[in-house]
Amino acid sequence: MENLIEIKGVRHAYRTDSGPLPVLDGLEIAVPEGGFVAVVGPSGCGKSTLTRLVAGLMKPDHGEVWLHGERVKGPRSTVGMAFQNPVLLEWRSILKNVLLPLEIVPSKLSKKEAEDRARMLLSLVGLEGFEDKRPSELSGGMRQRASLCRALIHQPEVLILDEPFGALDAFTREDLWQTMHKVKEREPFTGVLITHDLRESIFLADQVVVLSGRPAKTQYVLDIPRNAAPTLDDLYTTEAAEQLNILRHQIQVAQGRTTEGAT
Amino acid sequence: MNKHVQAFAVPMAAIVVFLLFWEALVWVNGWPTYKMAAPSDLPAAFERHWSLFLTMGWQTLWRTILGLLLAVIFGTILGMIMGFSRIMRDALYPLLVGFNAIPKATVVPIVALMFVGQHDFNTVLLAFMISFFPIAVSVSIGLSTLEPEYRDILRSLGASQATIFWKIALPKTLPEFFGALKVAVTLAFIGTNLMEIVSPHGRGLGALFDSGRTNSDFPLMFAVLIALAFLGIVLYYIVVALEKIFAGWAERAPG
Repeated sequence: MENLIEIKGVRHAYRTDSGPLPVLDGLEIAVPEGGFVAVVGPSGCGKSTLTRLVAGLMKPDHGEVWLHGERVKGPRSTVGMAFQNPVLLEWRSILKNVLLPLEIVPSKLSKKEAEDRARMLLSLVGLEGFEDKRPSELSGGMRQRASLCRALIHQPEVLILDEPFGALDAFTREDLWQTMHKVKEREPFTGVLITHDLRESIFLADQVVVLSGRPAKTQYVLDIPRNAAPTLDDLYTTEAAEQLNILRHQIQVAQGRTTEGAT
Repeated sequence: MNKHVQAFAVPMAAIVVFLLFWEALVWVNGWPTYKMAAPSDLPAAFERHWSLFLTMGWQTLWRTILGLLLAVIFGTILGMIMGFSRIMRDALYPLLVGFNAIPKATVVPIVALMFVGQHDFNTVLLAFMISFFPIAVSVSIGLSTLEPEYRDILRSLGASQATIFWKIALPKTLPEFFGALKVAVTLAFIGTNLMEIVSPHGRGLGALFDSGRTNSDFPLMFAVLIALAFLGIVLYYIVVALEKIFAGWAERAPG
């Protein structure tokens, strides 16, 4: 199968006052079409830099990022993004917030069709009846759901999620995990998820990439075999426990490396 | 109590209480009008110079509004330049703060000499000079503190800088902008009146105040102050109304 996202030998350093600060050094990630990769690693290891590279918001010093057989040189409308901060615009209703990308991206949909699609997405994530509310009238979890709809409205090929559930409480987070599976069934996309939560990574992704400490390179890749959408109970099987153990061990190795590097 | 009635009745009651207090203060101390006029002295002053109050009040008002409009345009442009460019911000801030620190009363004679006889122009200029600072600062802070994610949601779709400005940066800055505009309104009045009072053969309420002073018509001076306060309140609430229309979303529902 052709890989929709390919990151080959990416190296990148930020220029700071005290010289270059390398954040990525030898990153290799490949995601097939329809795949969902979760990227985990010690904090500050360059995970967010990775999302900005895939989104075309910045260019790597070395290496290549390919999307759908084309080298990424700048932003492209086939990408949808959601962040830990839902960044909804307070002066727009929820519906108008979801419709925002269609004001930028050329779309074949008529105004009516676009609105219908937005309403469909909102009801898919359980926000039916909240279309005309202001963002401040919604809870954190609901805002994150709306932000997800906005990321999907223009039918992006690639959905980039940068710790979207990081600021939510555990129960809301688990709710949203299930919503994600529901959404993916209805609106297929290729996903990149940045997360700190190992349970989240094995619940949502079919491939978990562990990054080493800064500068980050691909340290380990764990495939999560998946036939159907999992249930929360699947997180408490011996299989899940084994996967989590492997990942925890790999993270510890990665963290060990950062302390070695620091001394 | 009805909410609308309350919104009107409470400030009105406060004004009445204030006037009563003022009247009592003068009465208890037995002050003559040259020390302090009482509110009860004012209706007579208003009545005597009724038409002057109208024409001069209008002169003061339009100059203040014009100066304020210029301040809004210039302050917004300056704020945009400083908000978007780090270098320009570093370069312009000290200049701007220094300029703002100069008491505008000292600028009056300079301006009056620079543009001799251009009384309307001078007055508008001073209203403008005194009121653009808070607008420039608020716009620049609003733009420079825009969280990068707000930019990124549109930039990742290929939106231009101009689109990001119109769709996100500008509306997001509006609450700060209106906060600054409320300060600027009252400052602009100060600017207008400084010029009107100090420059010879002035016009507007400031000149009326000055003629009260030269004629020892103390109730007239106090009446001018009240007229100025009234105009200030009117303009302030016009800004509040505009804020409700354009940035009403920033107001959280009570409770």
